[in-house]
Amino acid sequence: MRDALRGSSPLMKLIDPLASTKSDQYPFIGTSRSYILPGLAGLVIVAVSIFVGMSEAFLEQFYFSYLIGWTFCLSIALGCLFIVLIKHLVRAEWIVALRRIPEAAAVSFPLLILLFIPILIGIFDTHGPYHHWTAEGIADPDSKYYDEILAGKVAYLNIPFFLTRLALYFLAWTFVSSRLWRLSLLQDVTGDPNISARLRHLSAWGLPLCGITTAFAGFDLLMTLYPHWFSTIFGVYFFSGAFLSAFCFTALTIAGLQRSGMLRGVVTAEHYHDLGKLMFGFVVFWAYIAFSQYMLYWYGGIPEETVWFKYRLQNGWETHSAILLFGHFILPFLILLPRAVKRYSLPLAIMAVWLLMMQWFDLHWQAMPVLHPDQAQFHWLDLSCWIGLVCVFVAGFLWRLSRHAMVCEADPRLDKSLRFENA
Amino acid sequence: MLKKLIQGVKATMGIYEAREDGIYGLLAEFPNPGVLIAAARKVHTSGYRHFDTHSPFPIHGMDRAMGLGQSRIGYITILGSATGLGLATWLQWWTSAVDYPLNISGKPFFAIEPSIPIMFELTVLFSALFAVGGMLALNGLPRPYNPLFYSREFTRASDDGFFLHVAASDSNFDLSATEALLKEAGAKAVEVIHDHGYSELHTT
Repeated sequence: MRDALRGSSPLMKLIDPLASTKSDQYPFIGTSRSYILPGLAGLVIVAVSIFVGMSEAFLEQFYFSYLIGWTFCLSIALGCLFIVLIKHLVRAEWIVALRRIPEAAAVSFPLLILLFIPILIGIFDTHGPYHHWTAEGIADPDSKYYDEILAGKVAYLNIPFFLTRLALYFLAWTFVSSRLWRLSLLQDVTGDPNISARLRHLSAWGLPLCGITTAFAGFDLLMTLYPHWFSTIFGVYFFSGAFLSAFCFTALTIAGLQRSGMLRGVVTAEHYHDLGKLMFGFVVFWAYIAFSQYMLYWYGGIPEETVWFKYRLQNGWETHSAILLFGHFILPFLILLPRAVKRYSLPLAIMAVWLLMMQWFDLHWQAMPVLHPDQAQFHWLDLSCWIGLVCVFVAGFLWRLSRHAMVCEADPRLDKSLRFENA
Repeated sequence: MLKKLIQGVKATMGIYEAREDGIYGLLAEFPNPGVLIAAARKVHTSGYRHFDTHSPFPIHGMDRAMGLGQSRIGYITILGSATGLGLATWLQWWTSAVDYPLNISGKPFFAIEPSIPIMFELTVLFSALFAVGGMLALNGLPRPYNPLFYSREFTRASDDGFFLHVAASDSNFDLSATEALLKEAGAKAVEVIHDHGYSELHTT
């Protein structure tokens, strides 16, 4: 049984831990151009961004832009991981026909770790995004950088512990996602129905593990950019954006693949309908969490709590906040409400693109006022880092997808999923 | 004119008038859900509109077979949402800024931020009430009197019977032709239902 799957060569492990398994029934029929082109384009854009960004004039901007673009890709991978974990845990039937899509996107962590290197360098850089708390002498009462509040947080906010935590998160995500990937492909190859139970067992402890690490990753990667401020709901906020993006990414990918002639007759209007319902639901969930965070601080009115929102309600950032309110909640809420929008791939794909853009805008809104408190702005590096990283991420994902069956063809619940109908 | 309009509206709710001679319609029993679906499709494509199906459990695809189309419940629900949202906004503004303004730690008498939870709750509450109320209204429920109850066989609709009822008020209704159609569709028994207390059983 173990020999049924072979590992891939060491360099390829970065993108796909397993050697190609061919499928006759549900093959990837696109050409290799579909992932080589975005891959090359992405690498060039990222390389140019790094090359220009590492110059003195752009360094601070580069670190922030890169962090936002990278976190965007991370949030999609994490959201997809949650989709798969929850699917196994609740034995969801409808999603089996399209499960391979989030499954493949969730195995992106080794690639994301590689792409994390510029941020890792930034942690040690005095111009880096985390310099507010990594600065020398922050806990030393004699230093001119002494900060009483941060001195009290030094047990948590110090570089060794920070790096240890990040390593733990990456380890947990990589382990759980590649294990899910391996078992799922093993089922493809061997057809063993008992693997479904093993996937469920894995998800039972994998879900809480990934839940806690995701929440803390939200605290560590984004909240510590402005370390004076704290919000206990911030981890859930990060999760809500990630989970929403994952559904958008899945719907968008499937619409694109169907346009290229794949998954036709497998994913139907009924599956789109459910993806649309989940997109709608998590648009509301995101708004619920974002508002919960805002309202309690509004009510309390304590300066150390409201300061984070103060920066986002002045100097042009108030426009960004308003765009977020309308673009991330009110408009998608009203547009996704009618049934027809959710049942056709075109309007759903347009909404998916829009919401993914809003997810990036949301991350930009969380991070960038720390760097530019005086003037709201977009920098070309924001766009180039984001687009470059997304191209690399998508290329890795498509390449991984092309090496295996597009559908979990031996899943015992596939038949029910193919015949799925909304009641 | 008005009477005709009311009858038309009631017919969409599944409440049909009996004919002058007291005939309410035909009740056909089918052996299983599959045959019932096929029969409903046949009756619908033959041009009948005043008919309904009855089964002990919901049957997937029956709405499409009967040609029911999209439910209007969504529009009723969003009407409820707008009502709830408007009411909650007005309630909080009027009570806290107009009728009895209280200064609470310097906060504005009325502000949108603290009002949103109540606006959300009342929106959901009114949506739910309108959805349930609208569902009952569109289905003509509750309906304590229905001439179908005169049929002894019909009690099995809540146990193991699958029934299709064609109302005499349908413009295509013809006692013998409709009965022939139902039998052709696989009915194992067809009953004529009268609106004054008795039915006659035609078994095939």
